[in-house]
Amino acid sequence: MSITVYVPRDAGALSLGAEAVAAAIAAGARQRAVDVRVVRNGSRGLYWLEPMVEVATADGRVAYGPVRPADVASLFEADFLHAGDHPLALGPTEDIAWLKSQQRLTFARVGVIDPRSLDDYRTHGGYRGLEAALKMSGADIVQALTDSGLRGRGGAAFPAGIKWKTCLDAQADRKYIVCNADEGDSGTYSDRMIMEGDPFVLIEGMTIAGLAVGASHGYIYLRVEYPHARQALQAAIASAEADGYLGDDVRGCGKPFRLEVRIAAGAYICGEETSLLESLEGRRGQVRCKPPLPAIEGLFGKPTVINNVVTLASVPTILDKGAAYYRDYGTGRSRGTLPLQLAGNLKRPGLVERAFGLTLRELVEDYGGGTASGRPLRAVQVGGPLGAYIPASQLDTPIDYEAFATIGGMLGHGGVVVFDDSVDMAAQARYAMEFCAIESCGKCTPCRIGSTRGVEVIDRIVAGNAAARERDEALLRDLCQTMLAGSLCALGGMAPFPVLSALDHFPEDFAGTADRTAS
Amino acid sequence: MKRAANAASLPDIPENVRTAVLTVTARLKDQPGALLPVLHGVQAALGCIPEASVPLIARELNLSRADVHGVISFYHYFRSQPAGRRVIYLCRAESCQAMGAGALEKHVKQRLGVDFHGTTADGAFTLEPVYCLGNCACSPAMMVDDELQGRLTPAGFDAWLAAEKTVAGTT
Repeated sequence: MSITVYVPRDAGALSLGAEAVAAAIAAGARQRAVDVRVVRNGSRGLYWLEPMVEVATADGRVAYGPVRPADVASLFEADFLHAGDHPLALGPTEDIAWLKSQQRLTFARVGVIDPRSLDDYRTHGGYRGLEAALKMSGADIVQALTDSGLRGRGGAAFPAGIKWKTCLDAQADRKYIVCNADEGDSGTYSDRMIMEGDPFVLIEGMTIAGLAVGASHGYIYLRVEYPHARQALQAAIASAEADGYLGDDVRGCGKPFRLEVRIAAGAYICGEETSLLESLEGRRGQVRCKPPLPAIEGLFGKPTVINNVVTLASVPTILDKGAAYYRDYGTGRSRGTLPLQLAGNLKRPGLVERAFGLTLRELVEDYGGGTASGRPLRAVQVGGPLGAYIPASQLDTPIDYEAFATIGGMLGHGGVVVFDDSVDMAAQARYAMEFCAIESCGKCTPCRIGSTRGVEVIDRIVAGNAAARERDEALLRDLCQTMLAGSLCALGGMAPFPVLSALDHFPEDFAGTADRTAS
Repeated sequence: MKRAANAASLPDIPENVRTAVLTVTARLKDQPGALLPVLHGVQAALGCIPEASVPLIARELNLSRADVHGVISFYHYFRSQPAGRRVIYLCRAESCQAMGAGALEKHVKQRLGVDFHGTTADGAFTLEPVYCLGNCACSPAMMVDDELQGRLTPAGFDAWLAAEKTVAGTT
């Protein structure tokens, strides 16, 4: 009987040499004439242990990591195929504390199943949400989503049920489902992990969305920087089509749903939903004025549900297990779970899916294990390049949309980037403005011009003396207010968050060089 | 009829460009919102979207040249000039910054002798900045073609570069 060994094909694991590890294991098995089946799974999200190899045993899966190609020979010698002891042995995967304490609903199958196998997906509870949805009316599906309390996981946190309801109620000959897979926020990678590790769950979520609102065509707008996700999605779409989960008659229900992957072209702004629609239509990714809402007049002028990958991938669980099951996780108005992505300067970076309500401290200290450099933590940027820099003194803030809004930040897409005390916060503030200038679509003046002026003012502050600094800081704060209040979309409207938070919490970094040399 | 009249007004287009564009447009032009897929197709075939191809793309998709030019120039990924044989995308975003991307960036620029958007004198490498490769748990990151590297150090880059040059030298 063959022994199954799992070696991730996740892009992050590949970036650390997983391909060579898989090849070495296959070669080692041939050499020893052992019957080994290598499955290329997604990542479990314990990136400091990648490439993490797992072996299926009678008592469940056991893990080894981080495995380099050079370790493979010794793994065979230690009889890792039968859970043999080895310096890299991590024990049963499910017992790893970092993983065991998580509440994985959306990520339940990521790293567990073979993302290329529809059978594996079904064996692990896949397509139960769709089976339930096929017995419901569109209005009932939308009601279930509303009752679950699911809010958009892309960053804006808009209630998904309301979006779907608006689209359901819109009358049109054609409607669309669009998946925003333009995961451009730095420090985030949960969409990528889903698409690479469990692509069928996204397909299932989009199919349910199509049935709910009466849309027959879906697009996945995928960033060009994600070639591995593209391959996984295309393979999964082909399998789903072959098994009747996509096509003219979804599982014999008489309704069509087709899915297409469209590749973006490297513009951050296309993660903003109206820019994304412009891009899908073949134009410059410039923001549209709202109203009309995309749910009423979206892609090609038709009613469109546009949601982020994690949002859509959360739908099957809600339909399968019920709205109450999902809503019972979480706190306040933040219901369910959030896949948080630990990044930057941490000992144990990776994917942590937990119900809302745990604190930032638990994330960066308990899961993250503190800084990788061993130096004191100085700032945490939550929510991508437009998220606030949070000082160590605010680490007890709970992971909750409203709690973050209260401290002038946002959860966004759940990215958590940690910096140690070597960070120069004035440089980070400047970078935020520079990034906004590079990525601005150019449609509104506060963002297009404001960001460039922002870079200039910060440069003057850093180069100047105390008197100049006072004047220029007032100017910078005023400019930030103009951008906050006057920009058309979140890029210009939130780029001031990292700038203002750096100014508020780390003013010492903005002392001009003129003063620093004087003192 | 209309097409013949338009064709007469098209400036001279190198034959390889004409063939590449027409092959791509014949396949993709009838899908809704075809311009981005078409531009990806042309860039994949020719390595860039040369100025000379713009009138033909515009004609095939029934767009104005200004529309097509506007889209090409908007997106960072599309290029009008050929790149080096390999394009190095080096991440500049926050997670990589927190793990030493700034020093890595200086090292890479100095090693290749180019700034961002530049191509080495021998035409081997083009260096491009990228704002997140989604490999933030393994920062700093770099992507060359579809090959992603994580936890890249200056020494790691040098080792990669040496291996690249060996491969290039043997082919």
